[in-house]
Amino acid sequence: MSEPDASAATAGGDTPLLELRGIHKSFGAVEVLRGVDLKVRSGRVTALVGDNGAGKSTLIKGVAGIHNFDAGEYLYEGVPVEVHDPKAANALGIEVVYQDLALCNNLDVVHNMFLGREVMKGITLNEDVMEARARKTLDGLAVRTLRSVRQPVASLSGGQRQTVAIARAVLWNSKLVILDEPTAALGVAQTEQVLRLVRQLADNGLGVILISHNLGDVMQVADDIAVLYLGQLAAQVDTKDVQRNQVVELITAGRSGDIGLSPAMAEVAL
Amino acid sequence: MTTTPAEQVAEGQEPGGVAGAVHAYVDRLRGGDLGSLPAMLGLAALVLLFGSLEGDRFLSSFNFANLVGQSAMVIVIAMGLIFVLLLGEIDLAAGFTAGMCAAVLGVTMTEHGWPLALGLGACLLTGVVVGLAQGVLVANLGIPSFVVTLATFLAFQGVLLLIIGDGGTIGIRDETILAIQNDNLPVWGGWLLALVVVGGYALLTLMRRRGRAAAGLATEAFTVWLAKTGLLAVVILAVTYFLNEERSRRPEITSIKGIPYVLPLILVLFVGLTFLLTRTNFGRHVYAVGGNAEAARRAGISVVRVKIICFVLCSTLAAVAGILFASRDNSVSPTTGGTLTLLLAVGAAVIGGTSLFGGKGRIVDAITGGLVVGVILNGLPLLTQEAGIQFAVTGAVLLIAASVDALSRRRSVSG
Repeated sequence: MSEPDASAATAGGDTPLLELRGIHKSFGAVEVLRGVDLKVRSGRVTALVGDNGAGKSTLIKGVAGIHNFDAGEYLYEGVPVEVHDPKAANALGIEVVYQDLALCNNLDVVHNMFLGREVMKGITLNEDVMEARARKTLDGLAVRTLRSVRQPVASLSGGQRQTVAIARAVLWNSKLVILDEPTAALGVAQTEQVLRLVRQLADNGLGVILISHNLGDVMQVADDIAVLYLGQLAAQVDTKDVQRNQVVELITAGRSGDIGLSPAMAEVAL
Repeated sequence: MTTTPAEQVAEGQEPGGVAGAVHAYVDRLRGGDLGSLPAMLGLAALVLLFGSLEGDRFLSSFNFANLVGQSAMVIVIAMGLIFVLLLGEIDLAAGFTAGMCAAVLGVTMTEHGWPLALGLGACLLTGVVVGLAQGVLVANLGIPSFVVTLATFLAFQGVLLLIIGDGGTIGIRDETILAIQNDNLPVWGGWLLALVVVGGYALLTLMRRRGRAAAGLATEAFTVWLAKTGLLAVVILAVTYFLNEERSRRPEITSIKGIPYVLPLILVLFVGLTFLLTRTNFGRHVYAVGGNAEAARRAGISVVRVKIICFVLCSTLAAVAGILFASRDNSVSPTTGGTLTLLLAVGAAVIGGTSLFGGKGRIVDAITGGLVVGVILNGLPLLTQEAGIQFAVTGAVLLIAASVDALSRRRSVSG
């Protein structure tokens, strides 16, 4: 591994933004993660796929500081870090957009984006600065589906809500955004909208982890795909190097041709 | 989800001027956000009804001043309740909290001869402690507020009886306390107040427009600002003129004119609490907790702290209402703050447009809704002395308001 350098933070640097090595996590007798390696680079969308129970959620919650890993290395920008709680993750510039979004329907877009981190002017809210910054962030993400930032979230469509949740995650100069099934509840047109936004995040230089069950979405938007199989990383491959059916095989059997776990490993895993 | 008309207006080019603002308002109504409209329409309908049936008595300036004094307690309690209602909680004990705090005021000042400041302090402190206790039980222990405050509703009724003792009532003799509900601003003071209010509003909104324009944000059209300010000026000046009329029946003996002191008090509470709710991060967090407590928690907001503060505000404002009760009745009795007080205050908030489901409401709702309730209480006895009819009509109005709340909520959820 080379020394971390300034260029690492920008797209395609040698040092991954996030690197996990040999991650283990058990809940009681159940070993959920068994030596997972993962690399996420800035400017790239890394899809995290796997069947139910493969360990996706556990891995993500560990990265976000909700769980602590039992063993393994957690490197951020090439430096080993300790992330014991969500605040520590936020401080590193890691933001998670959960499936249920956690928006307040009765507040408008600006209020939601700044909830809990309001910009103040003395004892009053600085609405003008917040509105301008919210607009700037949305413009930076090339969001054109949301024309008024002063409308209540209750009046927004599912795709627009997802947009607001994602915009909130990037508002704080975050470097790594983790999206948990962002298109799960959306129609075709809105899925398209959100995927464009996911792409835009990476194009703006952020590292993106996309958890999805929808392989169509994954093949369309991801730069590389990490497949979890029963608590192990079956493979992390560039999207352009694999076919959809190979990914399916990796998800269901842990291997496909000469990629994935060795036959012996895959057997043991079962 | 279909696009609501309100969304289209907000998204598209803003149509300029007053016509555009009216258009946007109509669209907002159709989107289920009724705001103060039901209360305003109700108020207009009631005034027309009572005015046409009992014009001489109902529309007199004497009765108008009376209406202000009658409604004041309900309005102040409703202001406090709005904080609790915004969380989706309730305080059933607010009425008797007012009574209990009034009793504390009466006992300390009349029976123990405490000076005004100490008596008021004890009264308000009682409110703070009550709110703190109720808030901790609801927020920390997780007991439903309905249960907690139903229990305190009964308990405070008992405490009120115990404080007052068997004697029946405690007289209030302090002139300052009595003046609040029984004395008026001098005529020139009333006009000065009206000018300060209108001028202050005009200046503040103008500065806000400037600030937004300087930040490159959309501002409302100048004509809209002019129309709003003009409307406010007309209403304020009309009220001031009306209350500055001579309203004594025997003017040669005693002259009664001017704005009752309680009106500026309500005004100060209105401005201060509206500021707290709309311009500070605490206010924003109140709405967030009421809208989605889990989202607020994840955003790093202390939900427990917000809830406790809201309960403290509610009970403290109830204590203020207790002072108004004592002032108006010249005494405190075991029924002070009892009977219908709490129901009317909840009704006022809901009629004004505050939702019982949490997350939606403004301080002004207490005033518009409180006036509707006040007009019903004030006007009905002019038409009928039958208590049964008065109860039934008041109940029906409450039910209608709750229905409007539920329906508009359904509409905005499906919209």
